[in-house]
Amino acid sequence: MPTLTLVQAVNDALKTAMRRDKSVLVFGEDVGPKGGVFLATEGLTTEFGKERCFDTPLSEDGIVGAAIGMAINGLRPVAEIQFQDFIFPAFDQIVSEAAKLRYRSGGQYTAPMVIRTPYGGGIRGGLYHSQSGEAYFCHTPGLKVVVPSTPHDAKGLLLASIEDPDPVLFLEPKALYRSIKEEVPEGHYTVDLGTLRGVREGKDCVVFCYGAMVPVAVKAAEQAAELGHEVRVVDLRTLLPLDEEGVLEHAKQVGRVVVLHEAPRFCGFGAEISAMIAENAIEYMDAPVVRVTGFDTPFPNTLEHHYLPDARRVLDAIERVMAY
Amino acid sequence: MKTESPLSVIQANGKANGYDPGLSKEELLHCYRTMLLVRAFDDTALKLQRSGRIGFSIPNKGIEATQVGAASALKKTDWLFPSYRDFGMALYHGVRAADMMNNMFGNAADSARGRQMPVHFSFTDPIHFFSISSPIGTHLPQAVGAAHAFKLRGESHVALVSFGDGGTSSLGFHSGMNFAAVWKSPVVFLCQNNGYAISCPIEEQTASDGFAIKAQAYGMPGVVVDGNDLLAVRKATMEAVERARKGGGPTLIEAKTFRMGGHSTSDDPSRYVPKELVAEWEKKDPVQRFEKFLQAKGIWTEKVRAELEASCKEEITAAVREAEATGQPPLETIFSDVYAELPPHLRRQGTEAFELARRKGDAAAGDGAFPL
Ligand SMILES: Cc1ncc(C[n+]2csc(CCOP(=O)(O)OP(=O)(O)O)c2C)c(N)n1
Repeated sequence: MPTLTLVQAVNDALKTAMRRDKSVLVFGEDVGPKGGVFLATEGLTTEFGKERCFDTPLSEDGIVGAAIGMAINGLRPVAEIQFQDFIFPAFDQIVSEAAKLRYRSGGQYTAPMVIRTPYGGGIRGGLYHSQSGEAYFCHTPGLKVVVPSTPHDAKGLLLASIEDPDPVLFLEPKALYRSIKEEVPEGHYTVDLGTLRGVREGKDCVVFCYGAMVPVAVKAAEQAAELGHEVRVVDLRTLLPLDEEGVLEHAKQVGRVVVLHEAPRFCGFGAEISAMIAENAIEYMDAPVVRVTGFDTPFPNTLEHHYLPDARRVLDAIERVMAY
Repeated sequence: MKTESPLSVIQANGKANGYDPGLSKEELLHCYRTMLLVRAFDDTALKLQRSGRIGFSIPNKGIEATQVGAASALKKTDWLFPSYRDFGMALYHGVRAADMMNNMFGNAADSARGRQMPVHFSFTDPIHFFSISSPIGTHLPQAVGAAHAFKLRGESHVALVSFGDGGTSSLGFHSGMNFAAVWKSPVVFLCQNNGYAISCPIEEQTASDGFAIKAQAYGMPGVVVDGNDLLAVRKATMEAVERARKGGGPTLIEAKTFRMGGHSTSDDPSRYVPKELVAEWEKKDPVQRFEKFLQAKGIWTEKVRAELEASCKEEITAAVREAEATGQPPLETIFSDVYAELPPHLRRQGTEAFELARRKGDAAAGDGAFPL
């Protein structure tokens, strides 16, 4: 099995999908000869030609709108938005159109398409190359929202997303693009959407997280182990539709919960997890749910290491939950 | 429909084709020195980035005449809505190189308080150089709104908005051009056609014959100028600015130029720009072109260049020294300026962040008791 980085696994998934299915197309800004600003689409134009992997004009609205048109008419578009921060011109196409098409046409028209985009901080990108906008999209019925955290999952989840009958927003943690490597199976396999992944065992406390925060949670759990706390880490990996049963089961088993994301706190994804537990598992809880998140501010540049939750902040939350 | 050939002023022999730019010797040399200053800034920024002292920069090489020619047509009371590749516009109007360098380092003296990436400048003095946003095209309708405010107050100021060829594909281009034409706003749209939007050549951006021609459909004049000819850019911009001041509405100017470096310090243009194209534009260097004009006027020699280059280098070195000696912004800057008044939840988050930093011993210098 080849050892791949996360961005190489994305590239491998795209190639695998394009080899299997001629209707799969990849397009966006700079994805052609340059291979994308993070090289996620490197080599695709060479292997599949300009008809199947191509650059578009600089218009996210156009990219997503055109993807919808292709999807309703028999193609399987995989559109790239260069940074998640630049997706907002396409918000209308995603939220008003792609996500609602099946519902508003009674299933006559559907948009099986994937929008891939790198999200998150950690690269000194300041306000507009660092954001985690998942909450805007998780508030959108009809859309699926997927966030891998390992090369293996990135490939399997992306292939599953491309084959999914509904529009999928695939958020790639750019901070992990090259920071982790692992063995990734060759050829085709999928990881089911809507399933979470147990990352680390533990019976005292569980940290729910996703994307670039998964390694942060693991590091904090290791530090907590030295203090005698056995901390479980769960990677949600599909935010919408969420594996609610899985989340509740973990919460009930352990009774102490930390939710971790780098997006701002207010109305963030952590609020949903917290509410779900309050509604369905409150009698199992030994401590209030604690959220560790980005602050409710825009994303800073020089001080991004203070903004981004780190193991130190997660450990602090674990200690608080354990001390309750 | 074919666009006419680009307006050019400076001829091969350095003569200005009968055009009088209306600039004194000092003003001409200021234009020239500004271009050299941009080059010195660029060179230094690249070295700083390569050595890890700053995170990022945007090369301006090749575009200097467009920046300076256009800026020279504005008064200090006009407003600039720049792109990230407009260093020369700020420097021409007297923004201190050190203040730009403060942004490159994201330090405590940066006007954006270290919140933005490098090259995302913001100034209100000595000219309004509007805060740069990364999302392409958003500033076009904003410039129109600002220009409309001038008009409503009966002021004769104009707004100049600068963007790239890629920017013409954005939603903001359409709404900005349309609003400005319908409202007859005193705004000048400057499209810097520098050949590429990151790796995408202009043919991938538009099927029309260039960009100026798009003005017709919106109902405003469109002109194409040789963007490497400082005087041609100045002439076209002056005409557009004068028309706007007199209530004649907006103009679209397309400056044809070429980005002689990568899109940014993260980019490798050899992956997609043909070598021959670079060689061709190398011959059209905007600085040399202007030197010819100055030489024909009798105010340029190699010695003038050497002296000015040395003084630019000194200015940039001093800017780096100043910026590097300035500390990081304090922790409170994460939380300030989100709103005019700090709401309770941000006060709480700020207090928690500072307490944790202090407890764990990594509060930076300047992080006093949480002051907000
Ligand atoms: C809405 C949006 N989409 C994508 C990007 C990423 N991006 C940054 S610069 C750039 C190319 C811009 O090209 P152009 O407008 O021609 O300006 P130039 O860089 O050539 O000066 C792109 C695609 C962005 N900043 N904003």
